[in-house]
Amino acid sequence: MLAFLVQRLLQAMAVMIAMSLLVFVGVHFIGNPIDVLIAPDVPQNIRLETIALYGLDRPLWEQYAAFVGRLLRGDFGRSFVFNVPVLDLIMGRLPATLELVLIATLGATLVGVPLGIYAGYKPDSVVAKSIMALSILGFSVPTFWIGIILILTFAVNLEWLPAGNRGETVDIFGVGWSFLTLDGLKHMALPALNLSFFKLAMMIRLARAGTREVMLTDTVKFARAAGLTEGTILRRHVLKLIAIPIVTVFGLELGSTLAFAVVTETIFSWPGVGRLIIESITVLDRPVMVAYLVLVALLFILINLTVDVVYALIDPRLRQAPAR
Amino acid sequence: MSKQDSPLALFWREFAESRIAVVALGVVAIIIILALAAPLIAPQDPYDLANLSLSDARRPPGYVGSNGYVHWLGTDANGRDLLSAILYGLRISLQMGLVAGAISLCLGATLGIAAAYLGGRLEALAMRIVDLQLSFPAILLALVLVAVLGQGKTQLIIALIASQYAYFARTAHGAASAERSKDYVEAALATPLPGWRIVFKHLLPNVMPPLIVVATVQVANSIALEATLSFLGLGLPVTEPSLGMLISNGFQYMMSGRTWISVYPGIALIVLIVAINLVGDQIRDQFNPRLKR
Repeated sequence: MLAFLVQRLLQAMAVMIAMSLLVFVGVHFIGNPIDVLIAPDVPQNIRLETIALYGLDRPLWEQYAAFVGRLLRGDFGRSFVFNVPVLDLIMGRLPATLELVLIATLGATLVGVPLGIYAGYKPDSVVAKSIMALSILGFSVPTFWIGIILILTFAVNLEWLPAGNRGETVDIFGVGWSFLTLDGLKHMALPALNLSFFKLAMMIRLARAGTREVMLTDTVKFARAAGLTEGTILRRHVLKLIAIPIVTVFGLELGSTLAFAVVTETIFSWPGVGRLIIESITVLDRPVMVAYLVLVALLFILINLTVDVVYALIDPRLRQAPAR
Repeated sequence: MSKQDSPLALFWREFAESRIAVVALGVVAIIIILALAAPLIAPQDPYDLANLSLSDARRPPGYVGSNGYVHWLGTDANGRDLLSAILYGLRISLQMGLVAGAISLCLGATLGIAAAYLGGRLEALAMRIVDLQLSFPAILLALVLVAVLGQGKTQLIIALIASQYAYFARTAHGAASAERSKDYVEAALATPLPGWRIVFKHLLPNVMPPLIVVATVQVANSIALEATLSFLGLGLPVTEPSLGMLISNGFQYMMSGRTWISVYPGIALIVLIVAINLVGDQIRDQFNPRLKR
């Protein structure tokens, strides 16, 4: 078990180093950041001063070494554009993204799992077929297009919900949260719905496939023989048996929803990290780009590592066999 | 089953059992023809700036422009005929999807089959990398690459390939290693036949069916991903407006009620993606032995 853990940890670290290298070197090929920092007509001495200040004159490997050193101390440098520490910038934007992602993923699970169980319980009914059609739509229609349709319907035509910004926020621990005010919730409704659509489709498929399998097992036969009602069987037994893959996917999907939030945040002008990275890419704000990509990679590797470890705890076969 | 039935005819008969799939295939075919014939049938060359007049900008569908013809789907912010722009946009979107899909297919299949054939540490390493990449959302990977490589057509194709090839590699590896462990391949390996013959005669034909399924889905995914990146302003340059960019350009006018600028290119995009996916679904069901009667 310990060997397995160490191996996975080493792998995660190797990936992290590769990722940071790739991002760092790659980002340096995009263009000269000095052109973004200062106007082209500033005197030469100010130009050189700025280059020296940001260390842009040193060789690339030296910049990388300095970068890794600072990274380990939690220092991601200062944003070229906002002139504040990048970590502060990202941490300031993170709550907006986190609450959106959490609500969207939770909502998709709470709605998608019952729908999926029903679709798996009565696969030939009209309702089940409409649920599956909905899930096909959720899979194939791009997120940004769903966002546009939502805005068009609920913001432009019906004028029920606002289509941008966070609305009123409540400060807890110095950061603002939207989900605690009615106005904030109203602002969050459309982006959360938009973000949850793909997850909803996924949860429906997952729950349906699981239910169809479990319904054929002896567990259900015996439960029926024992005289339990169908509702009790579904709630007590089926739900429990399909829960493991759903919980796993829920965890993994938290990470990928963070990635999709980029699109949703752009459409709904939601001031989270996703919009920050898009803005940073367009204005070549290198420290922010690098920090975002490294942090997201770290998050993904941590999630994968956790899933690997949890699997190893559940499945004893994985503990002994050397990883393929 | 009569004896003169070719495998293709058999395949088609089975495919035609699903009416939705046949309709979807027809839609895909029509879209491809429209896209190919765009320069011939489009009322206006949307790239020729001399044709554009700002007095025609943002006109609703049915407006008769200063050039004398009817803009059936209205005009965009530059006074461009939207129908023409969509036809040309379909061309670009399809081109990106097909080129990225074809290259990813070749790259992924080669990697997957090579890993299955060679085995050992190389296989373990290659498949570990592929697995890792699959756990990373495609959009994020594409975003990283666009950020790293910069914007442009080649860069975008590279980003699309990098985020798609892993699906092909995984599928090809799975199918090839299942075949590799069968007795007849073991027997062929024991003979002095050259390795490439075994790969081409035995492994490749068995890997193709699942790869075709993945390919249809991935072409649709490539088109959607390209549209998403273009919508975010990170895709193709302005000189080559794909459907995603047309939608993005119209987005800012949506709040003022000029919805057609975004909506029509969007409908074209959705019809294309859903049609390809429906065709892919049917082919997948056909190749799935568990659903065989």
